[in-house]
Amino acid sequence: MTELGIPAFRSGTEAVPTSDLPLTGKDFTSDQEVRWCPGCGDYAVLKAVQSFLPDLGLRRENIVFVSGIGCSSRFPYYLDTYGMHSIHGRAPTIATGIATAREDLSVWVVTGDGDALSIGGNHLIHALRRNVNMTILLFNNRIYGLTKGQYSPTSETGKVTKSTPMGSVDHPFNPVSLALGAEATFVARTIDSDRKHLTSVLAAAAAHRGTSLVEIYQNCPIFNDGAFDAIKSPDTKADAIIPLVHGEPVVFGVEGSKALVRDDQTGGVKVVATADVAASDIVVHDAHNPDPTMAFAISRLTDSGYLNTSPIGIFRQVERATYDDAARDQVVTAQGGPRNDDTADRADRLAALIGGGDTWTIL
Amino acid sequence: MVAPDKQVKQLDRVIIRFAGDSGDGMQLTGDRFTQETAAFGNDLVTLPNFPAEIRAPQGTLPGVSSFQVHFADHDILTAGDAPDVLVAMNPAALRANLGDLAKGATVIVDTHDFTARNLTKAGYSENPLEDDSLAEYAVHTVDLTGMTIEAVKEFGLSRKDASRAKNMFALGLLSWMYGRPTETTDAFLARRFAKVPDIRDANIAAFKAGWNFGETTEAFVVRYEVKPARLAPGTYRNITGNLALAYGLVAGGVQSGLPLFLGTYPITPASDILHELSKHKSFGVTTFQAEDEIAGVGAAIGASFAGQLGVTTTSGPGVALKSEAIGLAVMTELPLVVVDVQRGGPSTGLPTKTEQADLMQAMFGRNGEAPLPIVAPRSPGDCFDAAVEAVRIAITYRTPVMLLSDGYLANGSEPWRIPAIDELPTIDPDFATTTNHGEGDDAEFWPYVRDEATLARPWAIPGTPGLEHRIGGLEKGDGHGNISYDPANHDFMVRTRQAKVDRVADSLPPLEVDDPSGEAKVLVLGWGSTYGPIGAGVRRVRKAGYSVAQAHLRHLNPFPRDLGDVLRRYDRVLVPEMNLGQLSLLLRARYLVDVVGYNEVRGLPLKAAVLADVIGGLVAEAEGIDVDITPKETIDD
Repeated sequence: MTELGIPAFRSGTEAVPTSDLPLTGKDFTSDQEVRWCPGCGDYAVLKAVQSFLPDLGLRRENIVFVSGIGCSSRFPYYLDTYGMHSIHGRAPTIATGIATAREDLSVWVVTGDGDALSIGGNHLIHALRRNVNMTILLFNNRIYGLTKGQYSPTSETGKVTKSTPMGSVDHPFNPVSLALGAEATFVARTIDSDRKHLTSVLAAAAAHRGTSLVEIYQNCPIFNDGAFDAIKSPDTKADAIIPLVHGEPVVFGVEGSKALVRDDQTGGVKVVATADVAASDIVVHDAHNPDPTMAFAISRLTDSGYLNTSPIGIFRQVERATYDDAARDQVVTAQGGPRNDDTADRADRLAALIGGGDTWTIL
Repeated sequence: MVAPDKQVKQLDRVIIRFAGDSGDGMQLTGDRFTQETAAFGNDLVTLPNFPAEIRAPQGTLPGVSSFQVHFADHDILTAGDAPDVLVAMNPAALRANLGDLAKGATVIVDTHDFTARNLTKAGYSENPLEDDSLAEYAVHTVDLTGMTIEAVKEFGLSRKDASRAKNMFALGLLSWMYGRPTETTDAFLARRFAKVPDIRDANIAAFKAGWNFGETTEAFVVRYEVKPARLAPGTYRNITGNLALAYGLVAGGVQSGLPLFLGTYPITPASDILHELSKHKSFGVTTFQAEDEIAGVGAAIGASFAGQLGVTTTSGPGVALKSEAIGLAVMTELPLVVVDVQRGGPSTGLPTKTEQADLMQAMFGRNGEAPLPIVAPRSPGDCFDAAVEAVRIAITYRTPVMLLSDGYLANGSEPWRIPAIDELPTIDPDFATTTNHGEGDDAEFWPYVRDEATLARPWAIPGTPGLEHRIGGLEKGDGHGNISYDPANHDFMVRTRQAKVDRVADSLPPLEVDDPSGEAKVLVLGWGSTYGPIGAGVRRVRKAGYSVAQAHLRHLNPFPRDLGDVLRRYDRVLVPEMNLGQLSLLLRARYLVDVVGYNEVRGLPLKAAVLADVIGGLVAEAEGIDVDITPKETIDD
């Protein structure tokens, strides 16, 4: 975590009870048979999450996974925590209720590009703007898998699928740009097959208090195989991945041959040959900048067509009051304490409430 | 001039309607008159009626807002069919309401706005105050606005601000006419306008001037007296349905010991429940104003999963949007209260008008076999008990419950006997704390093992060690709750979910049938807000000397166990509804009883006189006699 330069904000899991016993990945593995297609990127993510969860040191019973509908949304069944496999697109709403009701729970949402960005787009942006304390894992395979291969809201224009035999005429969303536009406080992107990076991002996301959005590029070997080959292949990935590390100059390519500099023409950023610019002109990534403008500019370097280039890492991580903390604070303030369990007092106050206003008595 | 002697006339009941432009403050005026009347001790029922537009074009018919209050020296059931008194603040208010008046009714008109322009806007080609078109009524033409401006001159308000106090002048005049106590209104105005002393003083002055005008003018020679009603002993307050419903939900939280979580989205006519609950955080109430109807119910389901009392409030269009999520709550068998304050439909329909056409939506408006219990209040005050009952069923049976209020109950009011807290049921959430399957090292928690009596599944909340489990929308295997596509299991689970809802009937009392003579051949059966008009219609028929029985359903699903027997006991069963026969359809399907519907969808409560005629017709048919229900004595509905 230190290598990512995460500051000591109030932790996302601060109020969640910790486990007395060390847990292992096996403790988080349920007895259900995993039923994704062979070669699906979801396996790698599941494995990474199962082995990462013990690192949190939390009690297993205080972890909740909520999902929507889609291949990735089967995720909660495979984890031995509390979980709900809900309905299409609505997982952020259910997680909002859970996270607001219970500060002592670590709440996770598992969703896909169709679930989160199409049918559930509205809930996603509102969860992000409210900054409810939860971590959203958005598995982006740029296709609809469970319904067998229609284009998704992240599929490239022109994509030929079962529902678009002449090519899709839809313009895709860039999930990171969308999240930044919704003023998300934690936005990251990682890759299913890079376990180390994936785990480090999960750790940072869990530690963040507020809504963390983690986009995970995930390969669908059946309906969209090879969508991320450019950023996965050892031959091309050095040029394809723009690595974002807080406090580090953004340099990539073979032997650091490429760099990001500000583009005065557009107000954004552009890729140049490192050799052509002064070291001081190279953008130093600042994930903690309260202003999301630079993070947004960097997010625009993602290819909207076939993915040949994409920034990977934590785009933005800033502190902002969370909805659930503020909502709970109001209840605590009104109650005059964390939780009023004095039933006699509650009954008296209820009697005073319903017996208020202008009353009259008939004998 | 010496004030003329005023005659005092005794009345047993009066129906007054205040009508004006939607900006004239008629709802406030009606509400204040109601509070004064409640403080005086009359029984009362109110009927607010206003346009969906916040400020429809001034002076036009669509912009008319009205508030009807019926008060009496005995218990009454409806807001009254035809007003005895109309206060009309402009030509449009006169024209829009005149047709509803009884012949000989008193009409008090503010002449100030009877200008050529306003008359044209209201569709009058001649001034009705100057021809004989109002000959059938006792018309009082008064320049209410002019006198108000005169009365508040000393406060230096603009002419426009000064004239806005005219509703208080009208209230003062009517308060004088009916001998209402004025203290509550004085106190209210002092409170409401505490921060704007000029406006406060002007309103109080206008209110007093209206009273004094009544006292001194020769135009009004009669005051009326309606003695306090002899209601059952107890402490009363006047309450609207939405307020009572919100209190009932708070009470449900207290009685179950659970924090209440409201996930909702504003919608007419349900929003007041959100407004009210948002004030009661001290009872552990969280209100979440979501981005849409679906997010509201989703968050409520999440809160229920986490161990709170999840509630969502809406109207019919919102229920449509929430349907898939309600199905999830059916499948996951989590407690959830869904409040539907019904309004005119379909689609956006009539947002501010009442209807009971969501019964089928509540029963069947989800994909698959998705049964849920349905509870309906019958009067504004009864919304309290109905809400507590909905909470009881939701928690005890781990199920979403639909609470079907309507626009009339929501905004209408009546005196409500405030219950003692120990009269309320205690509701036990009975959270699961231990494994429930297998022994020793093999002991497991199975989320779909059922209670033998209720068929409810265990409610194990996150944070409970050893009971980690996953639920969701996919079909569950009986007992263990893992995903199951097994045909026999699905058939079993569908039938079990239905059986669980049917089991709720075990906890219900027998249907109360009001059949004083025991000789009635006709039963009138209703549900929801038609209780008042049906009761009043039944009274009229009985007063005319005929027998008729009445019963009213609180539970629409499941029905009380003895409903079929009750229906078969009568030759004719009349089911009046503000829809095209939704309860009738259910009764015919369930019991093969040929019930007769009486159906109106006018966005307004049914009328007692109309129902009395319909009931009379059925009594004549059933008993083979001539029936004449023309009132022979005082009507007391």
